[in-house]
Amino acid sequence: MALVALGLVACEPEFDNSVEENEGFYTNGEADFSNYVALGNSLTAGFADNALYIQGQENSYPNILAQQFSHVGGGEFTQPLMNDNLGGLLLGGTEIQGTRLILDVGVSGSPSPVNIPGDPTTEITNTLSGPFNNMGVPGAKSFHLVAEGYGNAAGVPLGQANPYFVRFRSSENTTILEDAVAQNPTFFSLWIGNNDVLSYAVSGGTGVNQTGNLDPSTYGSNDITDPNVFAQVFSSQVSALMQSASGGVVLNIPNVTDTAFFNTVPNNALVLDASQAASLTAYFSAVSQVFAGVLMSQGVPQEQAVALASQYAITFNEGPNRFIIDVPVTQTNPLGFRQMTEDELIQLQVDQEALQNGYGSVVITPMVEQVLAILMQGGTPSPEEVNILFSAVSGLDDGDVLDSAEITEIETATTAFNATIENVAQANGLAYVDANALLNQVADGGIVFDGGMVTAEFATGGAFSLDGIHLTPRGYAIVANRIIEAVNSTYNSTVPMVNVGDYNGGPAIGSGAQ
Amino acid sequence: MKKLSLVAILLLFAVTSYAGGYRVSTQGQRALAMGHSGVAVVNSAELAFFNPAGLVYLENKINISAGMTGVISNVKWQNEMTGGFAETESSLGTPFYLYASYSVSEKLALGLSVYTPYGSSVEWPTDWAGSHLINNIDLQAVYIQPLISYKITDNLSVGGGPIFVTGSVNFNRSINRTLTDEQGNRSNVEVDASGVTNFGWSASAMFSPIDSLRIGVNYRSEIILKAEDGEATFNNVPNSPLAPVSNGRVAFNAELPMPAELTIGASYEFDKWLFAFDYNRTFWGVYESLDIDFAPENIPDSFNPRNYKDSSTYRFGVQYAALDKLDLRLGYYFDESPVQSGYFAPETPRNDSHGFTGGFSYQISSKVAIDASFAYLRFEEVDESYDHYQENGQEVSFGGTYKSNAFLPGLGVTVKL
Repeated sequence: MALVALGLVACEPEFDNSVEENEGFYTNGEADFSNYVALGNSLTAGFADNALYIQGQENSYPNILAQQFSHVGGGEFTQPLMNDNLGGLLLGGTEIQGTRLILDVGVSGSPSPVNIPGDPTTEITNTLSGPFNNMGVPGAKSFHLVAEGYGNAAGVPLGQANPYFVRFRSSENTTILEDAVAQNPTFFSLWIGNNDVLSYAVSGGTGVNQTGNLDPSTYGSNDITDPNVFAQVFSSQVSALMQSASGGVVLNIPNVTDTAFFNTVPNNALVLDASQAASLTAYFSAVSQVFAGVLMSQGVPQEQAVALASQYAITFNEGPNRFIIDVPVTQTNPLGFRQMTEDELIQLQVDQEALQNGYGSVVITPMVEQVLAILMQGGTPSPEEVNILFSAVSGLDDGDVLDSAEITEIETATTAFNATIENVAQANGLAYVDANALLNQVADGGIVFDGGMVTAEFATGGAFSLDGIHLTPRGYAIVANRIIEAVNSTYNSTVPMVNVGDYNGGPAIGSGAQ
Repeated sequence: MKKLSLVAILLLFAVTSYAGGYRVSTQGQRALAMGHSGVAVVNSAELAFFNPAGLVYLENKINISAGMTGVISNVKWQNEMTGGFAETESSLGTPFYLYASYSVSEKLALGLSVYTPYGSSVEWPTDWAGSHLINNIDLQAVYIQPLISYKITDNLSVGGGPIFVTGSVNFNRSINRTLTDEQGNRSNVEVDASGVTNFGWSASAMFSPIDSLRIGVNYRSEIILKAEDGEATFNNVPNSPLAPVSNGRVAFNAELPMPAELTIGASYEFDKWLFAFDYNRTFWGVYESLDIDFAPENIPDSFNPRNYKDSSTYRFGVQYAALDKLDLRLGYYFDESPVQSGYFAPETPRNDSHGFTGGFSYQISSKVAIDASFAYLRFEEVDESYDHYQENGQEVSFGGTYKSNAFLPGLGVTVKL
């Protein structure tokens, strides 16, 4: 009977050519995938929904790649997995990062992202024993990969170290690059530089553009990195990795303005009915008139005063109108506000409730109405009343907006970084992925897959997770496929691609109730 | 030498007898060893299934046949575009039969049969690439049938009887291609119904134009198993009104057809040899769609087009009376799949197949014989897909290359009193 059983087991059906045994389907070409190491930031780590958590890590693009590389000689791929599916971090038992976002339908009935209930259990001082193939460290900028002590827990409260790297660094003083090179990777991926512009963008441009400052140790966390600093560290990283690697792939930096983070709240979301539009127009007309009067009372010639004040006679129409933003007070804009221009952007986390209550336009209180009434009757307001009138303007804060100057700074830096990345790729014969073009395609039209279309639409588009910046598993799968394409064409390999539709593009859903 | 040749036969032809769809052709070890042909063979109580009209020709007063077959089937799937691959757990189905006939007079015999002509057991790895179509299925149907067999003239008889069916099904699949709960576990639904009953009938005739030649015809009616108030359990669904369903149990209604089958065949006896041929037409066209109607109105019903077509099976068998007490049998059949291209669902991953069968009967005593059979079912490797899975209102294909086989060792006993 045992013999019969044995015989039956041996009689499994066999394919003429088995994918499992790789009987002639896939080749590694000129690349050696046996020890693949991934370097990068949150995108490489599998960060999603504003947190790192196990499910996200399992769907990181390096992990997807490693599964496909396994068909062409790829070995085991290890990741510094978090302790749970909640996300969030503890330092010495104190929570330093919150849990991941889920889309919750609260009492209001309208879905909105909230932190998933629960307490994080990932204690960063419980250092994991590596090495790990996925060296992606959320928050890392280009120069952080070569920053000593970036994994030293003592530096975390001071902002000098990264809690995610603390979890799996080999020693307190090591660098990310050192730990990567020590693994003698045969193949690598490097996607770094996003945070060198992104943190500036997410802060609403409140950081400093450090172009011209070659000492990154003096940078603040929300600053734009100098392109020469980027070029220097990026090419040194590639050189270090190429000591052992047969090849690698680099990805360039997407435009942060293509993310859902900056494209969900339109700058013209000030929707008015006819009477609201008329009263706002009347208000700003009054501001303009009164301000001209103030200027003239200070001795400014009438013509000049009217010309300067006319910029505040902003008109509003029934339907969508652009918001008002605060800008620095200057001689040409003495009141320090203006209406947004067409290309300027509002970030995802702007206070929606405040927007409903006049934030971004005017907060008309009864006292303001009184002043307007005085003006209607042809009266002259007192200086206090003028002050009441002017201070009713509630422009969007700098931190909630990317204005056109900031956007230009970001674009200039991104273009410079990307030129470096492409040049270094070419110089080293590396596979190169234009992630910038890819995300642009997602934002502008979309990418077709077997179950529909992946777009940049927040929560429902399928590309961006609930933080609006990091990708969904489906988004990461699209990136993985692009990488495979580039690797195959560079190294004459035939690594199979994944089916994007098998990866979740839906928003993480759940209940915010405790 | 004889022993050796027997072993050789078993090794060479130890081959299967399944049939397309979820039909499992194992309704008698003697017939199965001959390619499952038997509509015109008068040999044992197996006639109760193959052709009840023939029961009246059995020589003994009481005839009993019983047996069980182990159906060991394996399916492999791979997709060379993605590098995905999977294989089913080697499942063991155990279809059985029990037939008895009693000769009332020279012209009249009565019988009773219990058999399991339909069933399926397929278990893919949980959450495999096609889990939105199926994780696993276990389908069983037991037919119970009282029979009458009546000799109109010496060379013409008719038979038949009503059929009572009791069936059960258990089925699990992921709710869609990607949904998980908060812990990353795939959301799935398990559908379970048992004690589903219905009635049908069969009728047959047998005619012998000359002594050595018999011609038989048998028709078994279609029976639709209607599961009413079955139990569907949703698991691992995230706790959100945005999820398509909620965790928990709901009632469902569904229908699964056991299609009608028409068999026509002939047998010819020559010296120690018996040759048999059967042609089956299975009216699978009735299986248009597997629709699951969940009782709560807010749960979307599940529509799964199947669009089977009627299919044919051609069966050939030969028996050789090697010794007084030993009959050897061999058979072959070609089984056409009812599954049309683009409807190849991994729950019944069957394409056209070749069945190779062999077996023997050994007379232990004057009254008792042991019947053994072995069948091997060989399916050609096939590139196929199921193109009618709905996602967001559009059809999503799941396919690749499938390769399956099945082994059916069976043992039975024939008693003649």
